[in-house]
Amino acid sequence: MKQKTEYGKKAVLSIAAVGISLFLLQRLLVPKYVDDVVEGAFIREYYKEEKDFDVIFVGDCEVYENFSPAVLWRDYGINSYIRGSAEQYIWQSYYILEDTLRYEMPKAVIFNVQSLQFENAQSEAYNRMTLEGMKWSPSKVNAIRASMKPEEQFLDYVFPLLRYHTRWSELTSSDFAYLFRTKRVSHNGYYMRVDVKPAENVPEGRPLKDYSFGENAWKYLDLMRELCKKNDIQLILIKAPSLYPHWYDQWDEQVADYAGKYDLAYLNFLELADEIGIDYSKDTYDAGLHMNLSGAEKLSGYLGAYLTEQAGMKNRKGEEKLCEIWEEKLEAYEEEKQRQYQFYGIKEDFNERSSCD
Amino acid sequence: MFFTSYEFIGFIAALFLLYYRIPKKYQWMLLLAASYVFYFMAGADALIYILVTTVTTFFTACKIEENETRQKIYLKEKKEELTREEKKEYKDGQKKIRFRWLIFCILLNIGILAVVKYANFAISNVNDILDAVGKKQQISYVTLILPMGISFYTFQAVGYLIDVYRGTCAAEKKLLRFALFVSFFPQLIQGPISRFGNLSKTLYKEHFFEGKTVAYGLQRMLWGYFKKMVIADRILAGVNTIICDTSTYNGAYIFVGMIFYTIELYADFTGGIDITIGIAETMGIQMEENFIRPYFSKSLKEYWQRWHISMSSWFRDYIFYPVSVCKPMLNLLKFSKKQLGDRVGKRLPVYVSSFLVWLATGIWHGASWNFIVWGLANWIILMISEELEPWYEKFHKRFSVKGKMSFRLFQIGRTFLLICILNLFDCYTSLADTFGMIRSMFTAQNWQILWDGSLLSLGLMALDYGILTVSVTSLIAVSLFQRSGSVRDQIAAKSYPIRFCAWYGLFLLVLLLGVYGIGYDASQFIYNRF
Repeated sequence: MKQKTEYGKKAVLSIAAVGISLFLLQRLLVPKYVDDVVEGAFIREYYKEEKDFDVIFVGDCEVYENFSPAVLWRDYGINSYIRGSAEQYIWQSYYILEDTLRYEMPKAVIFNVQSLQFENAQSEAYNRMTLEGMKWSPSKVNAIRASMKPEEQFLDYVFPLLRYHTRWSELTSSDFAYLFRTKRVSHNGYYMRVDVKPAENVPEGRPLKDYSFGENAWKYLDLMRELCKKNDIQLILIKAPSLYPHWYDQWDEQVADYAGKYDLAYLNFLELADEIGIDYSKDTYDAGLHMNLSGAEKLSGYLGAYLTEQAGMKNRKGEEKLCEIWEEKLEAYEEEKQRQYQFYGIKEDFNERSSCD
Repeated sequence: MFFTSYEFIGFIAALFLLYYRIPKKYQWMLLLAASYVFYFMAGADALIYILVTTVTTFFTACKIEENETRQKIYLKEKKEELTREEKKEYKDGQKKIRFRWLIFCILLNIGILAVVKYANFAISNVNDILDAVGKKQQISYVTLILPMGISFYTFQAVGYLIDVYRGTCAAEKKLLRFALFVSFFPQLIQGPISRFGNLSKTLYKEHFFEGKTVAYGLQRMLWGYFKKMVIADRILAGVNTIICDTSTYNGAYIFVGMIFYTIELYADFTGGIDITIGIAETMGIQMEENFIRPYFSKSLKEYWQRWHISMSSWFRDYIFYPVSVCKPMLNLLKFSKKQLGDRVGKRLPVYVSSFLVWLATGIWHGASWNFIVWGLANWIILMISEELEPWYEKFHKRFSVKGKMSFRLFQIGRTFLLICILNLFDCYTSLADTFGMIRSMFTAQNWQILWDGSLLSLGLMALDYGILTVSVTSLIAVSLFQRSGSVRDQIAAKSYPIRFCAWYGLFLLVLLLGVYGIGYDASQFIYNRF
């Protein structure tokens, strides 16, 4: 009996030691996405939010770098959030939307159509950045299954330590500082950049053999449309005004036809850029790939007006609780803006307004 | 399913849980089912080959034993009636029948192996000859699947058949039990080539869960994974860089490459065998050891007694001995004694038998002239060593070096370098490259690469060299500890916290330093291809 108790004690202690040490190792070795590649942190930040959004954006960098929810709130009282990540594929956007609907029912979903061009995942690193941030749910499992490249293993997502076991040789102080905590890196999913790199000599798109989007891409667009319809959510398709990668006319026609067929709104911001006043010599920070803050705020201004006038979004600035939340968020938004203006040596020309005026 | 894949680890875990939960009498059946699932997952098309070998060997062995039994009964019944000559005549007649059965089955199974493994090699040689004599006709190559582990299970089955023929083991009476002996999955990947008499002692027994046995098995597996994933698969990058580009990497690089490859081969092969033996051990099954610290050998002869023991003993027992005492060889012995005198004459048949064994060993290793030359190079060195033995003895006596530590170290180092050079035949796919690279090593002008940082351009970083240095030192240390008994026993004698730290520490080393996951090209075990 005594011996059995002794064995029991040893077993419990050993299991505890193994469990704790593996947990700590995993925490230490997984990328923190705080100081370097912050894009990997966007998806997970959503779960900390008070989930009562009118508009949810889903898509790749063309949403999280081109639209500012802070402006939509500040100027139109629209409460929105961007659930986007680097090279987020359409099936990932679909499952992330499905995941979002577990928590809330937005009035509108805005999907950026750039990712229709992909039939399969292109990069394991991008898969990781998008999928690791999702909380475990059937949607996450399906998202992983739909995204995995042949060389990937599902188990590596369940136990990220297996994937990042070699990171011990490249640990930085951030890995220790953010072992148990994290910090916000986005503004409701928006990734702010204030610096400027004019778009010059943007390369023309290479002619393609076939301009048709693939079956898999259409399948997930259909699923997204059906999901929105089932939940009485407006689906708005957009194409952000990024000059590169090239958006072909043939692609645009297919999306426009699809939108027409199913009575969906489709805004191609490439065509609206002049009307909005996008100046590609000032409004982009990476030579036309993405908008900087100035470009994003112009776009958001236009989109806010559209959502109010055409999509029936209401101004919610009368909601006290929401105002309080946004007060804090806008403060952080302004602080970050000032920090970046200072860092890049740029003079501010933005007229600050109160969050609830 | 590779030993290093998640699927395999999951497969083993599931099997292990089932194994100790089902009624004990069904354990061997579960192993048989698991073996066939394992084999099926490696390629359903290959199942037919292992089935043919299993069925033909099983029935032939039964037939041979049945004949032997019938012979005994007949002779017992006719003990009084038959004369001595009649008995002998009857025995000889029956032996001939058994021999025909034996030869038929061996030819069939070795024939299958020869066709699937060597058909294209033979065609390539015929085409070369046709080309050389100016014929434009060429024979087309054939597309055949190479069933996993075919060399191992064929040799195992043939060994069993010969043992039954010789009467050194009884024929297995149940087909399914025999099927398990042939297909037992841990040994399908890279051996060892088990003997029925040994493996069957524990393979079919009912096994109860014993903490110590299971723990020992897991520890052995862990050590195997350490060798394979931390050492072999890490150093592989350096080996591949050197052998894939002969124009850049020659001279001193070859010296580095052959040492890297020899380390990789050891870590890979012994690591795989550790995993195999460990898996079997967790299920209470004892397999024979395949290595006894081979790189501590003081001569090539000793090395072959300590490296891949199951293969070398197979060639010794089933080729060398029978060939040495076969009629043509005895005739050769008579002839050579008469022509060359007693001293030289009696050695000639031994050398011929050894030649055949090393030719077969070379061919067994691969369908390429490189392997054949590798086998014959081993034979030449062994024969020269044999001939020089009296001179060695004289030298040892004259300089009183025998038994001295420094001389033993010299012998170990010399043998290791010799093995490294022989291994070069395994690295390169063409003989011209191999000889070219060996020559370049001896005429090298680029020895500065050993210290000028060039070694960091071989796909290995300074950190990799650090890990390899520490890991290989650990391998040597463990080998030295093994001389005074089982290392697992030594660790088991320590207090619980020390034991826990030792084994969990090793697990963490494999987990963190192992080469696996994204970017890792799941390299097969080297001996898997044989």
